[in-house]
Amino acid sequence: MTDTEILTVLRPDGTADPSLDPGLPDPELLSLYRHMVLLRAVDEKAVALQRSGRIGFFVPSTGQEACSIGAGHAVREGDWIFPAYRDHGVGLMRGYPLAALVGQILGNTTDATRGRQMPNHWCDRSIRLVSVSSPVATQLPHAVGAAYAAKLRGERIAVLATFGDGGTSTGDFHAAMNFTGVFRLPVVFFCENNRYAISVHVEHQTATGTLAEKARAYGLPGVRVDGNDVLAVRKAVGDAMDRARAGEGGTLIEALTYRMGPHSTSDDPTVYRSEEEVAAWRGRDPIRRFAAFLKERGLLEDPAAEEAEAKESVHRAVEAAEGAPPVPLSSLFEDVYAEIPWHLAGQRDSLLSGKG
Amino acid sequence: MAEVTLIKAVNDALATEMARNPSVCVLGEDVGRGGGVFRATEGLLNRFGPERVIDTPLNEVGIVGMAIGMAMNGLRPVAEIEFSDFIYPAFDQIVSEMAKMRYRSAGQFTAAVVLRAPSGGGIRGGHYHSQSPEAYYIHTAGLVVVMPSTPADAKGLLASAIRGEDPVIFLEPKALYRTVKGEVPEGEHLVPIGKGRIVRPGADVTLVTWGAMVPVAEKTAAAAASEGVDVEIIDPRTLWPLDIGMIEASVNRTGRAVVLHEAPRTCGFGAEISALIQERCFLHLKAPVARVTGFDTPFPYALEKSYLPDPERTLRAIRASMDF
Repeated sequence: MTDTEILTVLRPDGTADPSLDPGLPDPELLSLYRHMVLLRAVDEKAVALQRSGRIGFFVPSTGQEACSIGAGHAVREGDWIFPAYRDHGVGLMRGYPLAALVGQILGNTTDATRGRQMPNHWCDRSIRLVSVSSPVATQLPHAVGAAYAAKLRGERIAVLATFGDGGTSTGDFHAAMNFTGVFRLPVVFFCENNRYAISVHVEHQTATGTLAEKARAYGLPGVRVDGNDVLAVRKAVGDAMDRARAGEGGTLIEALTYRMGPHSTSDDPTVYRSEEEVAAWRGRDPIRRFAAFLKERGLLEDPAAEEAEAKESVHRAVEAAEGAPPVPLSSLFEDVYAEIPWHLAGQRDSLLSGKG
Repeated sequence: MAEVTLIKAVNDALATEMARNPSVCVLGEDVGRGGGVFRATEGLLNRFGPERVIDTPLNEVGIVGMAIGMAMNGLRPVAEIEFSDFIYPAFDQIVSEMAKMRYRSAGQFTAAVVLRAPSGGGIRGGHYHSQSPEAYYIHTAGLVVVMPSTPADAKGLLASAIRGEDPVIFLEPKALYRTVKGEVPEGEHLVPIGKGRIVRPGADVTLVTWGAMVPVAEKTAAAAASEGVDVEIIDPRTLWPLDIGMIEASVNRTGRAVVLHEAPRTCGFGAEISALIQERCFLHLKAPVARVTGFDTPFPYALEKSYLPDPERTLRAIRASMDF
């Protein structure tokens, strides 16, 4: 592939291009589909929770399920994930439990991170899913460091870092790409070009024809992939992760996709894009497209039943977690340092005594 | 014990800790072949190899961000920023990432990076080679801020920082790199984080200072002694978390306190120390807590000597405290 061609596997007639099909076994294909459906169900429920005032905020990924689920499926045990806040699907696909995800959204005692961050800022050490930050692309240099440490110890693992088109404008992107090239590190930069950084179109982020071609400036290969084609994403990320694990260095992948919903629950996309544009992309829905393939293969009979089941499991997860107690006040002062220093102990005691 | 310079003590700490623990790496601009612009990392490349003594591209965001990732994945990175004045491109990585990793992940991930940076004036370096930025980092939840003033403390504190579990901003008083010498224990040497040092015991007034202002304080105390004023000098060494107990006990004894630092006055660390003293020692105070500081201007080139606090200005503050 070059940095201008677009890798596509799923054809309009519902079949897969046999020369590019990653050849996943049937249960894995079904697993990809079910996680995409689950991810969308999470989005729908979380947005509803926000609209009814039960959570403060959410960043949906509707329309981009093929990206995060396809990329997440290419991650193996031992690999690291440095995700952007829209990529809860990567974690879900990798095994981040739905209950943990819901707990984080609610920020109560079911949240393993103790309500420390707003929704979409997950992490899970057990699968090396690294804590998400709100500032864009700050995780990319961390991916470089984690990859450096693995390489130093001779581990044959890959590091997946995900971000959006807006992220390519940051200094952190430049630093991370450059360091990866210079040190020949196993970092896969997975850029989901969903066309908008909140309201700003990708044409205002860069004057280059593609985002993938930026890789050349850093001595890395750049590839473009149809980001609404889960098999193409799985292949592109899988190939890049394999190269990384084999010691052949990093890759920049530009996945062409579209954010169907708002940037976040605080955003009104009608201000900056037309209904016609959205409708055109709705016709390229990654879940429907993959469902057609699975039906053609005889693996899927009733998509509506799958969707209903996913909604029910999300509903049950929220019901189970929503009534849990709030995080204790004293936790406010913990984990700032390894041990609580005198000034935080004093502030804690003051708050808890009601005299502060 | 050998008498060595402060920069040599820094080098000694790095070499000792790298020999002790293969996870310790140093990274930054010019730290490898160049041995560091101040020679802090001299000889490390030959001894430990380019995989652990890493010459990076010229990008502070990359250096600090990479160090964070290394620390998250089990290494003990010691990153060097050539001058603390050049650190600001990495400010976001320091305050929003490095400092917050433990908190935001509820301890699942930590970023125990040691970030070394030469700090302060005294080398005719103008604005971009002379500033004292400690207050920014003290104000940032999650960071430990250290500044040694002797070779032995430089070695012992740096070793403790490298072995610790928290991210550390390790500010080195570049004016003292080669102007102070002192005995430094050979081999492993630790000075605990969070413990101050009484530089000079005294009965009449407590002078709190750090870094390159410690020798200024000592000269001031000698001059004050000739006027019959007995100055107690405290060097906190770890600026944050501060050894407030040592300061409190001293001021409760002397009843007078002066804080001396190079950094600008407004919202400088002296303001916080002053507030802590009045909160804790109010009924013992015989005079207002005084501050002797740099001015609220950019750091000047030609007028550097007038900008930096000197024994004369410090002595005036001590006299004013005594005469209050």
